Amino acid sequence: MLELALKGNKKYFGWITALLVLVGIGFGAYLNQLGFGLGITGMSRDVSWGFYIAQFTFLVGVAAGGVMVVLPYYLHDYKAFAKVTILGEFLAIAAITMCLLFILVDLGQPMRMFNVILYPTPNSVLFWDMIVLNGYLFLNIVIGWNVLEAERNNVHYPMWLKPLIYLSIPWAVGIHTVTAFLYCGLPGRGFWLTAILAPRFLSSAFAAGPALLILLCMIIRKVTNFDPGKEQIQSLAKIVAYAICLNVFFLLCEVFVVFYSQIPEHMDHLKYLFFGLQGKSSLVPWMWTSMALMVLSIILLVNPTTRKNENVLTVACLMVFAGTWIDKGLGMISGGFVPSPLHHVTEYSPTFPELLITIGVYGAGFLVLTILYKMAVGVKEEVRS
Amino acid sequence: MESSSRRRFLTMAGVAVLGIGAKPVLDVLAAGQGEVAGSFKLKKGDGALNAKQWAMVIDTRKVEKASDLEPMISACHKIHNVPQMENKNHEIKWIWEEEYHYAFPTATSRYMNEHAEHIPFLVLCNHCENPPCVRACPTKATFKRESDGIVMMDFHRCIGCRFCMAACPYGARSFNFRDPRPFIKETNKEFPTRMKGVVEKCNYCAERIAVGKLPACVEASNGILTFGDLFDPNSAVRELLKSNFTIRRKQSLGTEPSVYYIV
Repeated sequence: MLELALKGNKKYFGWITALLVLVGIGFGAYLNQLGFGLGITGMSRDVSWGFYIAQFTFLVGVAAGGVMVVLPYYLHDYKAFAKVTILGEFLAIAAITMCLLFILVDLGQPMRMFNVILYPTPNSVLFWDMIVLNGYLFLNIVIGWNVLEAERNNVHYPMWLKPLIYLSIPWAVGIHTVTAFLYCGLPGRGFWLTAILAPRFLSSAFAAGPALLILLCMIIRKVTNFDPGKEQIQSLAKIVAYAICLNVFFLLCEVFVVFYSQIPEHMDHLKYLFFGLQGKSSLVPWMWTSMALMVLSIILLVNPTTRKNENVLTVACLMVFAGTWIDKGLGMISGGFVPSPLHHVTEYSPTFPELLITIGVYGAGFLVLTILYKMAVGVKEEVRS
Repeated sequence: MESSSRRRFLTMAGVAVLGIGAKPVLDVLAAGQGEVAGSFKLKKGDGALNAKQWAMVIDTRKVEKASDLEPMISACHKIHNVPQMENKNHEIKWIWEEEYHYAFPTATSRYMNEHAEHIPFLVLCNHCENPPCVRACPTKATFKRESDGIVMMDFHRCIGCRFCMAACPYGARSFNFRDPRPFIKETNKEFPTRMKGVVEKCNYCAERIAVGKLPACVEASNGILTFGDLFDPNSAVRELLKSNFTIRRKQSLGTEPSVYYIV
């Protein structure tokens, strides 16, 4: 089926070339980091994880979000999603690819990466994260590929695939739960030390993933002959609406516990993010923007008249995506490190080379996504004609 | 025919790759009671100091000013090839001084004993009895030595993921954000230097204990630091703990630090 990705018009190859250029720039910056060390980033002794790990966390959510099309179709036999499940699965593959790349570029000694397998350590959550992420990648490749191939050949997908499909549903929940456990099991990091962290991660994932999927459906409809469908997009929009409501609700639960109990170790991180601490407040405007985007998107998505207007829906989905990205891709990781366990306030912001590497990884992810979607859409067009 | 043999080859290759990856995992799951196949015992040197759990007592009553702590810090950093980084973000430190409310952020009061409020406190890795960093490490590059409870680092196994730094509630760990070697004033050939991309921290002078010497900071402390076996009721540290009221950093977290402060 890969041959479908080799045929395309000028625009398609122009886009591929543009992505390759981004990958190239990111790779060049990465070689520089490999030579010098992680000192080219904005990370420090106090803020020892930065932009890379934050993007990783956000993208695990996007990957898990793919399950929101798989679950209704395979578990509830919601036939309309037959058209778009493959888009969810392929989005998951691209997102996990980016996750693994972000972990790789964050390692101080990447050539020792396989030590995680050579010296398996079940008491480390990172060990389990490695297993669930690679497992989810494997499941989605096997499922996506075989279902698409069956569709192309106009046959039912093989029956041995069914148990794998069912397994992939709780597995999607698993990847983001384990990723939350990376943070919420650490003593002395009050911001993350909360049982609501995994539910919060999942709710923002089920908002951000399907929101991105809606945007991708809109793009596919514009640039190809395949229409993912009005009903499909509206169903996804309802999922995004519920998930973003839950996400804000869970956040408010956290805010209540933290500010009513008034325990400083838990309170100071939220204070830093939303009001600034000891005069340091670089994330404050971002966090309030994130809040505003999420609340506005709730208004637009819950109200049926605005939700059913596809132009408004596009804007709402952009707001959900940007709002959850700021929340997780900027605030969630830095916020846990500021203030430090000794209560020093050291701020973090990514450096230029760090951003280049990040863009390179996103470029690689979108390259994978483009190729996979080209294949999927190619098959859909073939079957229809 | 050709495609079926190619498919067969790919299947076999896939199974082989899975097998290579699964072997160590199965080994660890199959090994009972923490025993790994082919385990071995290290023989201790004849002059080595022995303990079940090394611990340190810091008598802060004897500290007046930063210059009282300075010899301990420089002794440690000198023999362990700890670099002096120019950029504060890249700072590496094994043992350093903090004000009381940074060393004990969860145990501060607005109105405090003047002495405690004004003197510098010596902080270092606590070599916890229940270390969160060891729990977090995905490669066992940091581990709690069973023989004497020292939380140690294998600089050659560390992949630089920095999970241990996130896990440590005491900020005891430093990461080599760049090659540290150009920033070492005088290299001590007896102790390894580190490379970029790995985490490091205080090792309770495991290399000195092995040859019967006390940790460098203790030796340079002029009686401020006492080192001994926490689990030996007659040890010097236990004598001090019996006769003085001591505090530890962030006791409520359950990490059981082995560094005690007499205040």
